[in-house]
Amino acid sequence: MSDDVTTEEPVHRLLGLTDHEYESIEGILERAPSDAELAMYSVMWSEHCSYKSSRPHLGRFPSQAPWVVVGPGENAGVVDIGDGWLAALRIESHNHPSFVEPYQGAATGVGGILRDVFTMGARPIALWNQIRFGSLDHPHTRYLFSGVVAGIAGYGNAVGVPTLGGEIAFDPVYAGNPLVNVMCLGVLKRDQLVLGTAGEEGSIAVLLGNATGRDGIGGASVLASASFDEDSGTKRPSVQVGDPFEEKKLIEACLELYEKGLVVGVQDLGAAGLSCAVSEPAARADMGMDVDLGAVHTREPDMTAPELLMSESQERMMAFVAPERLDEVLAVAKKWEIDAAVVGTVRTGGTLTIRHDGEVVAEMPAASLSEDAPVYDRPLGEPHWLENVWDNTMQLMRPPSIDEALLRLLDDPSIGDPKWAYEQYDHMLFLNTVVGPGHDGSLVRVKGTRKGLAVSTDGNGRQCYLDPRRGGARLVYEAALNVALTGAEPIAVVDNLNFGNPEKPEVMWQFRETIEGISEACEMLSTPVVGGNVSFYNETEGNDIYPTPVVGLLGLADPMPESPPRLDRAAEGMEVWLIGPPGARNLAGSAFEQVIAGHVGGRPDAPDAFMAQGVIEVAIENAKQGLAPAVHDLSDGGFAVALAEMCIASGVGATVDFSDWIGLFAENPHRFIAAVPPEHADALQAIADHYDVPVTRKGHFGGDEIRFDNGGPESTSVSLEQATATWQGAIPRRMG
Amino acid sequence: MKAAVVVFPGTNCEHDVMWALDVAGSEGELVWHRETDLSEFDGIVLPGGFAHGDYLRTGAIARFSPVMAEVRRFAEAGKPVLGICNGFQILCEAHLLPGALHENRDLNFICRPIHVRVESTNTVLTRAAEPGQVLQIPLNSYEGNYTVAEVDAMDAQVAARYCDADGTVSDATNPNGSVGSIAAIANSAGNVAGIMPHPERAVEEVLGSTDGLVMVRSFVESMEPAHV
Amino acid sequence: MKVTVTVRRRPEISDPQGTTVARALRDLGYDEVRKVRVDKEIRLEVEGDDAAAIEARVTEMCEKLLANPVMDDYEVRVEA
Repeated sequence: MSDDVTTEEPVHRLLGLTDHEYESIEGILERAPSDAELAMYSVMWSEHCSYKSSRPHLGRFPSQAPWVVVGPGENAGVVDIGDGWLAALRIESHNHPSFVEPYQGAATGVGGILRDVFTMGARPIALWNQIRFGSLDHPHTRYLFSGVVAGIAGYGNAVGVPTLGGEIAFDPVYAGNPLVNVMCLGVLKRDQLVLGTAGEEGSIAVLLGNATGRDGIGGASVLASASFDEDSGTKRPSVQVGDPFEEKKLIEACLELYEKGLVVGVQDLGAAGLSCAVSEPAARADMGMDVDLGAVHTREPDMTAPELLMSESQERMMAFVAPERLDEVLAVAKKWEIDAAVVGTVRTGGTLTIRHDGEVVAEMPAASLSEDAPVYDRPLGEPHWLENVWDNTMQLMRPPSIDEALLRLLDDPSIGDPKWAYEQYDHMLFLNTVVGPGHDGSLVRVKGTRKGLAVSTDGNGRQCYLDPRRGGARLVYEAALNVALTGAEPIAVVDNLNFGNPEKPEVMWQFRETIEGISEACEMLSTPVVGGNVSFYNETEGNDIYPTPVVGLLGLADPMPESPPRLDRAAEGMEVWLIGPPGARNLAGSAFEQVIAGHVGGRPDAPDAFMAQGVIEVAIENAKQGLAPAVHDLSDGGFAVALAEMCIASGVGATVDFSDWIGLFAENPHRFIAAVPPEHADALQAIADHYDVPVTRKGHFGGDEIRFDNGGPESTSVSLEQATATWQGAIPRRMG
Repeated sequence: MKAAVVVFPGTNCEHDVMWALDVAGSEGELVWHRETDLSEFDGIVLPGGFAHGDYLRTGAIARFSPVMAEVRRFAEAGKPVLGICNGFQILCEAHLLPGALHENRDLNFICRPIHVRVESTNTVLTRAAEPGQVLQIPLNSYEGNYTVAEVDAMDAQVAARYCDADGTVSDATNPNGSVGSIAAIANSAGNVAGIMPHPERAVEEVLGSTDGLVMVRSFVESMEPAHV
Repeated sequence: MKVTVTVRRRPEISDPQGTTVARALRDLGYDEVRKVRVDKEIRLEVEGDDAAAIEARVTEMCEKLLANPVMDDYEVRVEA
């Protein structure tokens, strides 16, 4: 069947399969595979789809809890939020496509994550994104950054799902390999839950949505799993183009199918396209399927069987339907003006048979594509350089001037005002956004209930590079504190693990350590991991990115506080409280080190699980009782930057005491600032005492400058006006 | 009283309009753009979004949707018709409102709360408001830059202009370059109105503002028989 | 000299706009419409009189800015 291939390299290698994997396929089939079969195995067994390098470690994640309805392995995780309501959540990366074509890469990332969520029966209600690029002073970064933001905005706004923010960071390690992680939250009534199953014998597979073209062929195995090198610019893989308008129709059509109970299962078509959409649901149902590729509606003529099976054309879904409901399903598709094609029939016996032009082009056990994928327990080893990095703490010739350091940090585009991006996102659609972009955690209400759902997404590559286990755990605690500040209890986690080349033992070690850290923290907080995504091979010319896990944490506020705390409600006369451990001294991996000293070294403090829980409880109680109306967690830039951000957002200055400059910029975990009206001071103090959480009263809000005053020569101030202008200008002045 | 909330393929603010009508004590029903008989309704809302993907030209394809014949009939019969954002664009493209909308002056999508000042109150959008009343409502558009020939002749039809918090209209308070800072305009009879920002997004304190409610109420009042 | 650049999505790349316009035309009764692709035409006025040199420069402009080489084909026509 491969006579027409004239290259010396065997086809399976061109498709990214190793010789050993090829032999396994021969073993499964008990013969040589056809081109179509090779195509299917190559996409299904790619790193991206099979998790072949990560699977041995992912089982470590705690994924059980009484409120978990669907855990990892389905299209999205689903948790019970009470009173018959469920929440579905999922995070996924689109790193490599976004480097090749930033607008379409990001746009199709948004489209894919939405499909993962509405596949479960949920209406997607909000999106977040975590995006990381090289230095913004580099013109190519500006091209990538503006393209990615425009793609997120273009797709999200048009499809009609609000984007509530996330995180934007810049660091030279991402210059040749930006990270674009998108997260989606959906809600549904319990009886609308749909799983990715093919159902019973005789069920009919209906392909809904866009016509199939030669989009991203080989993308799953070649594009998403192989590293970039010099000629990636000229390879010009076939880029997928997103169509949010088609997706919007698809969402409404699918939701109507679910509401009317017309489908037994649904699977979206993402990476690995049709190959995945026919094999996985069949395998989950312990079934096989007869598929006719001739029935697939195509955009281009003369598509071959491997092309049809590998295509990553966007905005497609596979619905499994009982034969007697088929007409109704087709009527719903017609109403919403989406194309529908009957492409297969579910059979017992577990065999997947694929025909094209009347000929059988592929036949294999359906489960072999997903369940027999190779698993690599790759060697891992602690990086030899790690201890040197830990010893290599920052050395300054003289203490910095606090005001200058603060302004330089506020001018850093990873810290400065993200409004340049967020103003392009529609964050108000659906009338649910109670706390939107620019605050610690977002909060959306669930209409028809008293509930609010809070989400925070957090990443910190520098700290995870210096200590992946501590770094991973701290992300969970940080995200949990962020949702707690809005009044929500942390209930579930999704993670996106962005790492370098897994064939390097040190990358696998970082990977395992990160998982260990995230797992430990999730166990302490009883927040199960209900889904995740792994992105390996994030490297350029052999240099790996920092290990950059991203944690998306869901919190439930039931009932939602009447007036949830925000960043921007500090006012003249309120006290400045630091809640959490005092005496922070650790600058390892801090923004101060990076921005002021150009240094990354030392070892970040380990999280303190008991302190973390206490601080989270205080934050929740504060929100519930409506005590401190403005709060802000301490992260990049430590106390000084957090205070400045509150002052800028609220339009009021502050005067605070301090011991020395290190304490102002250190990034120890489990701390937040509260703006406390004097009449609520006793009540909040009592709550903190109850949870054994230290409180340091640092000063008060008021005036038109941010003043650090300990009576000594280090005392200094920055005018609110200058701080505001600097912070607001950090991104726009670089974008020009 | 019941409003038809028209859904084109690509409309995305339909649920928000339904919710706002509910908050204002009225009722709406989602109507697919292929519908050809809206006689059971008392008014029509064309919500925001990207009808037909905004392809070719914003509103260009939507104006040919079957439902538009009914929209035209309502407009001619003096019944209330309101277009918000993309709905405004469609009404312009269908020549039920004067002028057209094109890309914002700075070529950026804008999503933030802005202020508008109520001008004429002889429209289905502003009937319940006071002239000169300043409202804070969210703007959310890329093609929000309103243009019309002979803008001075339109003066009596202007329902709202972009302004600052004190109601002052100036170039600096014009977010998107609209001629005359026009944010909302009506036909000469006042029964067909279009507005670029989203009053339906400012109807509850928990979402930050209730300033849009007076516009939603104006429309609801307009559906009552006394006003038709 | 006047130069016209036509930028087209490569045939294998999806063109949602074209698909939607085709559907709308058929809705209006133009049943004969099989396929629509929406291209972009860019017209430039360029100093100089060496057509070959101008074509080379405009081609460079296409590679850098006017077209997206990842997704687009383009055609440069120099007119006298």
